Amino acid sequence: MRYFTRKIVFFLATLWAAITLNFIIPRLQPGDPAEVMVQKLAGKDAQLNPAAVEAMRAMLGAPEGSLFEQYIAYLKALSQGDFGISYTYYPYPVTEVIGQALPWTLVLVGVTQILAFVIGVTLGAYAAWRRNTRFDSIVTLGSTFLGTLPSFWIALLLLFVFGYTTGWFPTGGGYSSTSPGLNVAFLGDAAYHSLLPALSLLISAPIGWILGMRNTMIMNLGEDYIRLAKAKGLPDRVVALRYAARNALLPSVTGFAIALGGVLGGSILVEKIYDYPGMGRLMDEAIGNRDFPLLQALLLFIIVGVLLANLIADLLYGVLDPRVRRAES
Amino acid sequence: MTAGVVQTGSGEGPADASAVEGEYTRMRWPQLIWSSTKARAGIILLLLFVLVALLAPVIAPYEGTRSDFGALLPPSGDHLLGTTSQGGDIFSQLIYGSRISLTVGLFGGLVSTAIALIIGMWSGYKEGTVTDDILSFITNVAIVVPVLPLMIVLIAYSEVRGVPLMVFVIGITSWAGHARAKRSQIITLRNRDFVTAAKFAGEGRIFREIMPSMTSLVAAGFVGAATGAIGAEAGLSFLGLGDPNTVSWGTMLYQADAQGAVAQGLWLWVLAPGLVLALLITSLTFINFGVDLLSNPHLRED
Repeated sequence: MRYFTRKIVFFLATLWAAITLNFIIPRLQPGDPAEVMVQKLAGKDAQLNPAAVEAMRAMLGAPEGSLFEQYIAYLKALSQGDFGISYTYYPYPVTEVIGQALPWTLVLVGVTQILAFVIGVTLGAYAAWRRNTRFDSIVTLGSTFLGTLPSFWIALLLLFVFGYTTGWFPTGGGYSSTSPGLNVAFLGDAAYHSLLPALSLLISAPIGWILGMRNTMIMNLGEDYIRLAKAKGLPDRVVALRYAARNALLPSVTGFAIALGGVLGGSILVEKIYDYPGMGRLMDEAIGNRDFPLLQALLLFIIVGVLLANLIADLLYGVLDPRVRRAES
Repeated sequence: MTAGVVQTGSGEGPADASAVEGEYTRMRWPQLIWSSTKARAGIILLLLFVLVALLAPVIAPYEGTRSDFGALLPPSGDHLLGTTSQGGDIFSQLIYGSRISLTVGLFGGLVSTAIALIIGMWSGYKEGTVTDDILSFITNVAIVVPVLPLMIVLIAYSEVRGVPLMVFVIGITSWAGHARAKRSQIITLRNRDFVTAAKFAGEGRIFREIMPSMTSLVAAGFVGAATGAIGAEAGLSFLGLGDPNTVSWGTMLYQADAQGAVAQGLWLWVLAPGLVLALLITSLTFINFGVDLLSNPHLRED
């Protein structure tokens, strides 16, 4: 039980740290944040409009009072789901704008992440099992080579070849003629549009899993219990899958959240390139329009998403591997 | 190398076992890395990039920031790779762009490695204390928080754009993984006999005793951090967060994307910056194969 309590406490503490960080970042700049922001929006030499500054103050929430009082007010607003108003999509609240984009990124990143895990772990395990064969060297060298290519450059090339040159895939957007809804026509259309963005992410995403899985598996294959399993006369397939791979899989689970953060980062660049209607494109828009409320809420959403994934991976690890639970108590 | 030997000799007290060991690893360093074919190729490639960056004004036919040529000129003797839609010479931009990538890689890698060293070593040395708990918590938070979105927000708030800001933001966001590795290494090292022996010589000496044994991990961490910093600069610049008054490979791709180079089939403009970026990252990855030989003796046999 102690293991699970520790992980939940860590999750809550990290969540608090992330929320506090989000409060501190805009206040790191010198001067009145409201004035600075209005100045930024208006341009360096423009005269400050007092009304605009006042509006910005209202949006930033409780600028009067000590830093501590501001912090309390900020926490209160967050607990009510109040993240402010987006400049870009004025007068819509940030939460509504993000709510529209969230499912797109959730599906794109979720599907790629799971596929990357399955592909990576399978290739890694097989390469370790067939160590020093041609398959092994192709997989290892191939991942090293693909790992050096920037993922957004891969996205640009894929768009160029399969979007514009051959015309096999749509060159942007999340859907075309259909209207959003839960029907086969729309889902098929959306899947068709998300294929190139997903592929762009999928080329580099499994690399970490491949190399990690291969290493742990090779280490596990040298263990005594594998020798025993072989001595018992168990078929190769059973030794490889049920003994070595099963145990090597465990450490991969803990890397899930960090890998998810990487894929999410990559999706910002890829969504920009494909004009995909998710959170990444929203972030790109927020950068261009200096839409700070939107930018900060996006950051918080992304961090919380990764933290949740991390918590789930940690809890799952505890369930899967009794040694972890025992070691901690 | 001779200078290193002289230094050890002039050190206080007789050269004890650990100092000899430190000297030994330092001496074998370059040879070991050089013994790997991949690392050799990586070093030569990297030196080539450094040379190009240093000699940029000699090699590039024009200033990287100049943009008064005809728009979208095809490749010719005057413009080897043609021009951009704003009238910039792609080849010259490519040459000058190497300066930004290498600078950000070097300094971003240094800042990140320095932070990782301080936090990791301090935390590991104070293992089991409240200090360690706090530092480990900060490290674990920094590991799970996705870096790119955080860097984006930090840069978006800043009024000034440019290389120093990039270096700072990349440095303070990407040290955590390295710091954790450093912490666990310190914990195993501090229980070794030679460190225990050094403890009797006074607290201050301990880091000096431990440092030589850590150099290979520090080097590997630095190469990794520099690679990450170069990639991060490209990604951030591609999002338009670079210095608009300089030319980097990331800003080139940003311009290409913004001007619809992909849609118009201007493949040279898109292909060239990404290719050199991939080449630079390849060179560092290859160097890391050599650095890995230092920390993992099992790899040396092949």
